[in-house]
Amino acid sequence: MARSTGDDAQALFHSLRSAYAATPKNLKIIDLYAAFAVFTALIQVVYMALVGSFPFNSFLSGVLSCIGTAVLAVCLRIQVNKENKEFKDLPPERAFADFVLCNLVLHLVIMNFLG
Amino acid sequence: MVGKSEPINGTAKSHPPPPPASSPLSPRSSDLLSGYFSFKSLKLKTKQQELLIRVSILCLVYVLAFVTRLFSVLRYESMIHEFDPYFNYRTTLFLTEKGFYEFWNWFDSESWYPLGRIIGGTLYPGLMVTAAVLYWGLRFLRFAVHIREVCVLTAPFFASNTTLLAYFFGKEIWDTGAGLVAAALIAICPGYISRSVAGSYDNEGVAIFALLLTFYLFVKAVNTGLLSWGLASAFGYFYMVSAWGGYVFIINLIPLYVLVLLMTGRYSMRLYVAYNCMYILGMLLAMQIRFVGFQHVQSGEHMAAMGVFFLMQVFYFLDWLKHLLSDTKLFQAFLRMTVTSAVGLGAVALGVGTASGYISPWTGRFYSLLDPTYAKDHIPIIASVSEHQPTAWSSFMFDFQILLFLFPAGLYFCFKRLSDATIFIVMYGLTSMYFAGVMVRLILVATPAVCLISAIAVSATIKNLTLLLRAKTKAPQSASGKGGSSGKAASKGLLDQSQPFQKNGAIALLFGAFYLLSKYVTHCTWVTSEAYSSPSIVLAARGAHGNRVIFDDYREAYFWLRQNTPPDAKVMSWWDYGYQITAMGNRTVIVDNNTWNNTHIATVGRAMSSYEDEAYEIMKSLDVDYVLVVFGGVTGYSSDDINKFLWMVRIGGGVFPVIKEPDYLVNGEYRVDKGAAPKMLNCLMYKLSYYRFGELTTEYGKPPGYDRARGVEIGNKDIKLEYLEEAFTTSNWIVRIYKVKPPNNRW
Repeated sequence: MARSTGDDAQALFHSLRSAYAATPKNLKIIDLYAAFAVFTALIQVVYMALVGSFPFNSFLSGVLSCIGTAVLAVCLRIQVNKENKEFKDLPPERAFADFVLCNLVLHLVIMNFLG
Repeated sequence: MVGKSEPINGTAKSHPPPPPASSPLSPRSSDLLSGYFSFKSLKLKTKQQELLIRVSILCLVYVLAFVTRLFSVLRYESMIHEFDPYFNYRTTLFLTEKGFYEFWNWFDSESWYPLGRIIGGTLYPGLMVTAAVLYWGLRFLRFAVHIREVCVLTAPFFASNTTLLAYFFGKEIWDTGAGLVAAALIAICPGYISRSVAGSYDNEGVAIFALLLTFYLFVKAVNTGLLSWGLASAFGYFYMVSAWGGYVFIINLIPLYVLVLLMTGRYSMRLYVAYNCMYILGMLLAMQIRFVGFQHVQSGEHMAAMGVFFLMQVFYFLDWLKHLLSDTKLFQAFLRMTVTSAVGLGAVALGVGTASGYISPWTGRFYSLLDPTYAKDHIPIIASVSEHQPTAWSSFMFDFQILLFLFPAGLYFCFKRLSDATIFIVMYGLTSMYFAGVMVRLILVATPAVCLISAIAVSATIKNLTLLLRAKTKAPQSASGKGGSSGKAASKGLLDQSQPFQKNGAIALLFGAFYLLSKYVTHCTWVTSEAYSSPSIVLAARGAHGNRVIFDDYREAYFWLRQNTPPDAKVMSWWDYGYQITAMGNRTVIVDNNTWNNTHIATVGRAMSSYEDEAYEIMKSLDVDYVLVVFGGVTGYSSDDINKFLWMVRIGGGVFPVIKEPDYLVNGEYRVDKGAAPKMLNCLMYKLSYYRFGELTTEYGKPPGYDRARGVEIGNKDIKLEYLEEAFTTSNWIVRIYKVKPPNNRW
């Protein structure tokens, strides 16, 4: 049983790797950006665990800005991805403009919330 | 005059003038009419005609929604009604005088003496900021309005805007016809009018607009999948959070809706984009309101939204993997692993959070919605408010009338044409109707859903009926024109035979529908006029000769306080009147309608229920200078303090066990006549209400001291006050103010 799951996991990993290598470059850039944002959020959480969460609004605004940018990047990726049939009528410029606008609002609110 | 139609507006330059319709001996009035009012002469295409009709209907509905809420302004005067709006008015006045920074950081020492209240951090600023913006806008355009007029008319103005929003929402869910009907229904629906008449300057007037706006923008976001609509719905949510504590309904309904979509297999990328954008941006914006604070991450009421957020990430991740992997068996194994681990992790996190107390449990106000018996046993203050009682069927009928049976019909139509948008409105309707059944006040939240769903029923039914009507007139023309195969002729023949009955049936049903709708209009106007337009601070009654008598005692008393007491005087009264005393009397109060400190209210309740000497000790400890009681024995006014007295006893007894409710009752019965309990006959509230009342004859043929509100002769007529003296009694004895005497000189 264990061996089959181990084999499964390895086969899974390999097929994922090969499939992912086939994605277009612009999508890979967005993925990298989102992964970096999540990584930054994790670092902040670890720091909070070490030091305590005293200005809670600062902690929340830091973590939520990272999560927010990651989520918005994923939304952009969804809208720009040519394989998504739901969004084939959406020009990528419009998707990017929406992305910029939402990020602007996100960061303005974060700056107000940071304290 | 013969019907010679003349082209209007000179649009028929290229069109030759139409020939005379008939001989001069038979003028056809229909030609006259069609000449003047014919759209054809305006050279409008059908689309433009339809647009004109739609716009004119919307304009009329807009004006109607505003006008129907003006009854009390026309009958009495332009004033603020009830209790809570006075606090809102006072804060708006402060905002316009001192500016936003002072308002946001305001600490008020004039209420809840000696504790004070951090107003800046404990109110929902949306309503005040909206009224202030309207005021500054009008002032900028050089209209010299007073802020009170703006406050009085804010709610009708936003009700008109809600009708427009209902039109767009109906258009999104069904079609333009349903939108128009929804706008018309919600313009006059009594469930909404009750909290948005002119003068009812309360949070709900603006909050229902914000609620519908958020829902409309979110449904638009789900339908289009664009980030800009998601951003707009986040702003709508921010406006709702700033306006009313009922935003908890939105932050729970939307995740529930997303969950239902996920479970019915309607997961889509658009849903992902819409919900994530709205949740993250909406949560961040909502936390800018000090009163809400960190509740979005710490309170149990908001955890559903967070849970669904994480669930969406899991769904997206799994969807993406399925797309990447070509081997489905591998994917299934992975799916099992991920789902079990994710669900387990989520459950563990929630359990740890709740057990350690980090995630606070549902607060009493919202918990009593899930368990209606909770408040009566544990939180008497919530149970004592009449708006929080469960709803009777008569209230539903009173507030909705025909919408009540159109609602299930609309649900049927929605289920026939299921889409993301109709699923939303069905869920909104069902959940809001459940909550409306639990608490009377929440009929207001159910009203937009009921109006929209009923509009779908009305619009779909009328559309089907008129299609039937129009099909009949077309059939003979096409039959005569075609004359095709025998089968076709035979079927047309059959159609012709049943046509007359169908046509008559359709006409009869249409007349029935219009009759019902006109009955609805009559009912709504009657309800608005009779039940929901009273200012409650000014009472009206019929005199002996049928003339109208106005009791303006409340304002008389508050202005007496304002003009005849020292500016730093402290007034003790029951919490109902606190806001009005601070707003109109401009004096410090001990407790007011905010009811944030139960112990303080219980102290006042204890003072009112004790003997005079014990009460004097309590009043000295609170620095009380004046005591205000409301008494309805002379006029028969039944919302006075003696009728509320048992709640004072219960609330006081909840904190100070020395006050026991059975002491004031006789065999479980509440009486004020000779057979009343001795503690009742000598407590402070009794003495203050009935002081010198024993000498007054209130009704012809009854002994002096006959209490018209309770219908009995009072028990203790010979009342002597030792520590207080009467300062003022209004002309109809409704409000009585007593001065607390300073302690005697001891040597």
